[in-house]
Amino acid sequence: MKNLSAKKMLALALCGAMALTGLTGCGGSGESASDSGNKNQLYVYNWGEYIDPETIDLFEEETGITVIYDEYDTNETMYPKVAAGAYSYDVICPSDYMVQKMIDNDLLQELNWDNIPNAKANIGQQYYDSANEFDPGNKYCVPYCWGTVGILYNKTMVDDPVTSWSILWNEKYTDNILMQDSVRDAFMVALKMNGYSMNTMDTAEIEKAAADLTAQRPMVQAYVIDEVRDKMIAGEAALGVIYSGEAIYTQRENPDLEYVIPEEGSNVWIDGWVIPKNAQNVENAEKFINFMCRPEIALMNFDFITYSTPNDAARELIEDEAIKNSEIAFPDLTQYNNLETFHYLGEEGDEMYNEYWKQVRSQ
Amino acid sequence: MNKVYSGLQKIYIALIFIFLYAPIATLIVLSFNASKTRAKWGGFSLKWYIALFQNEEIMQALWNTLAIAFLSALIATVIGTIACISMQSMKKRTRSFIMGVTNIPMLNADIVTGISFMLLFISLGVRFGFGTILLSHITFNIPYVILSVMPRMKQLNPSTYEAALDLGASNLQAFFKVVFPDILPGIFSGFLMAFTMSLDDFIITHFTKGPGIDTLSTELYTEVKKGIKPEMYALSTIIFVTVLILLLLVNYTPKSRRKS
Amino acid sequence: MNRKLLSIPYLFWSALFIVIPLCMVFYYGLTDKSGAFTMDNIMAIATPEHSKALWEAVKLSIISTIICLILAYPLAMLLSNMNARQDTFIVLIFVLPMWMNFLLRTIAWQSLLEKTGVINGILGFFNLPRLDIINTPGAIVLGMVYNFLPFMILPIYNVLVKIDRNVINAARDLGANSLQTFTKIMLPLSLPGIISGITMVFVPALTTFVISRILGGGKILLIGNIIEEEFTKTGNWNLGSGLSIVLMLFIILNMVITAVTDKDGEVNAL
Repeated sequence: MKNLSAKKMLALALCGAMALTGLTGCGGSGESASDSGNKNQLYVYNWGEYIDPETIDLFEEETGITVIYDEYDTNETMYPKVAAGAYSYDVICPSDYMVQKMIDNDLLQELNWDNIPNAKANIGQQYYDSANEFDPGNKYCVPYCWGTVGILYNKTMVDDPVTSWSILWNEKYTDNILMQDSVRDAFMVALKMNGYSMNTMDTAEIEKAAADLTAQRPMVQAYVIDEVRDKMIAGEAALGVIYSGEAIYTQRENPDLEYVIPEEGSNVWIDGWVIPKNAQNVENAEKFINFMCRPEIALMNFDFITYSTPNDAARELIEDEAIKNSEIAFPDLTQYNNLETFHYLGEEGDEMYNEYWKQVRSQ
Repeated sequence: MNKVYSGLQKIYIALIFIFLYAPIATLIVLSFNASKTRAKWGGFSLKWYIALFQNEEIMQALWNTLAIAFLSALIATVIGTIACISMQSMKKRTRSFIMGVTNIPMLNADIVTGISFMLLFISLGVRFGFGTILLSHITFNIPYVILSVMPRMKQLNPSTYEAALDLGASNLQAFFKVVFPDILPGIFSGFLMAFTMSLDDFIITHFTKGPGIDTLSTELYTEVKKGIKPEMYALSTIIFVTVLILLLLVNYTPKSRRKS
Repeated sequence: MNRKLLSIPYLFWSALFIVIPLCMVFYYGLTDKSGAFTMDNIMAIATPEHSKALWEAVKLSIISTIICLILAYPLAMLLSNMNARQDTFIVLIFVLPMWMNFLLRTIAWQSLLEKTGVINGILGFFNLPRLDIINTPGAIVLGMVYNFLPFMILPIYNVLVKIDRNVINAARDLGANSLQTFTKIMLPLSLPGIISGITMVFVPALTTFVISRILGGGKILLIGNIIEEEFTKTGNWNLGSGLSIVLMLFIILNMVITAVTDKDGEVNAL
């Protein structure tokens, strides 16, 4: 049993190591998730890096509610968890088409606007008008952030003018392109480049887009989600498809980066707070949403995550005029006529897009 | 000729050694790097170590990892040991059938085990969280306990137990006085193996974790997407160095003590 | 009698947490969304994107297993000859990386291999050509070999140290040369270790989705990635379960091969 003694020694060694690091670790944070009997809780499910953690601390301090905060990286990862019903979150922050999908599948509950007065008072009416498209009658969703999708490029690495999505198909930049690893965003790029609607259900159009994406695949360095930010800052790639909110942050870190909304048009999106049907702490959820709509809190979040805020009162508070009127953070949407918002395409549409997306990536 | 040969041997061992330790060395070096990006050396700094202990998320994940590893190993050890005892009195056929079932989580792919737990918990309507991770860890830990207790069990002389009974001991007394001391080393090594298996697991935790709870592994997986915090490099350095030191200590304790 | 009762908690436990969950995978795999029986989810492996992912996974894991074997066997032999019998420390050094967190080890390779990573930084400093391996199948194989190499070293080492030196000396005395001693004595005797090493490397390599995600940049889909995405993104559990059943067939096949070649039950090397 030679091997067993070696095994034992190793395990013993490790055990001790963990005990040591553990000792230092347990000191500060004795409370684990086992205290689920506590009523005064709030389960928040939000995008990664999509809130200033300090605002949560402030909220907890003020209300005495314990926030259990969880993150997802794409709408698609969030949905099955909520739909399965085994995870009961109280507040979620899906994007437009996902809000619509959740409404269609009866996963959300109508908001009681009387309990979230800040939402009506501070969020600009034009954002509710846009939200009306996926949330008819504005019953379910309080806009939290909005923005566009565009190309972020490194001026030192790209010498062609970046005006069109087609630069992502330029062989010169082979292995220097970062694409989004999320089905709708990836298809949006190809569909828009071809002049189609990004909500198309036309098989021929989707096939053409899928063929383009397949052709592009060998030139792509990686399909990424949030990594695009760090990779662009580090100069890992020359061009990347990115959400406008990340653009300001990346420019702050690396001034060589520039953000462009291609001329073929793009996606203008809204992420908003919703309360799922199976939420257990609805009252706390309302308090949370109301708190996040306060101008000074919305401003803190804007400063931290740099995603455009629909909170007009917060925008008024921005001191830096350049940011306040930044074309990236607050573009004047009236000068674009080819921006679209994603629609939920039904189960059939979801399946079709997923199928083609899987084919693109497994070529 | 012989010298060349032994030289080549040493080079070979050294090369594999470098291959195995280059990434770890990288992590250690990066943990002292003052610059946040890993591509640049920004000077020597200990700031990530300070930041590590102030980072609640990582500390919480570390604590969860240790708590789950300890509890799951403990419970698996109890269940596994009882299972071993009871299996002794079974027919060989039944026993090998049960052993076959026991080994499934060990031999099956982690991803399949993970999704099977996920499907179970969802259909039972259990709330995902600490409890579901713990249950699944206990389950995949049990085979390791049984594997290390079983051989000890087989070496036991059944007549000693019976002799104890004849001499008036109760079942429980006989077990704790006679059987238990003999299988204790097996129980102990089973516990340690279960503990380490639980510490290292990512895949099964990935499918059974719930809102707001992370172990070090799942925390790292999220960070891969958002960008690795340098604090993690500091943590891995601490873990590595402690394991190494303990290894040295265990290895150089006087042999006589280890033999007993 | 009393002892039989003791088995109840464990039997209950394994029924609830081992047997039922597996049955559920089969149930989902063999039904469609409405709950009707179908073989579609299993047959889905034949579609180009799934068979491609499976083939890619099989290919990369076989390559990794072979590389692991080629690297590990000589090392295990050297270690077993090295008087390491007294000094297990050297052996422990080679399996120690296994006790670092699996994700950390993989992430470390990402830091090393990236375009602006450590290796390219060093190469650039000496004006050497760059190494562009990240996000290629090569990087995934590297990650697999690195993560699973100790699983190959350990079982082979364990059987090699148990080989009686006298057998080898006897073969030498009887006129066998080094090669003959190796092929006729060492190799057959160490076969159980090789087989269990192969299992311990092949199965996790075949089913991984983490290594391909971190080192493949989302460009290379292995069957593990497809299954993981069916559960966490697309939400089609039926298809995910169906593909898992196919995956299990491969594992069972592997186990059968192992059981046939490894009659003595030496697989407990970990």
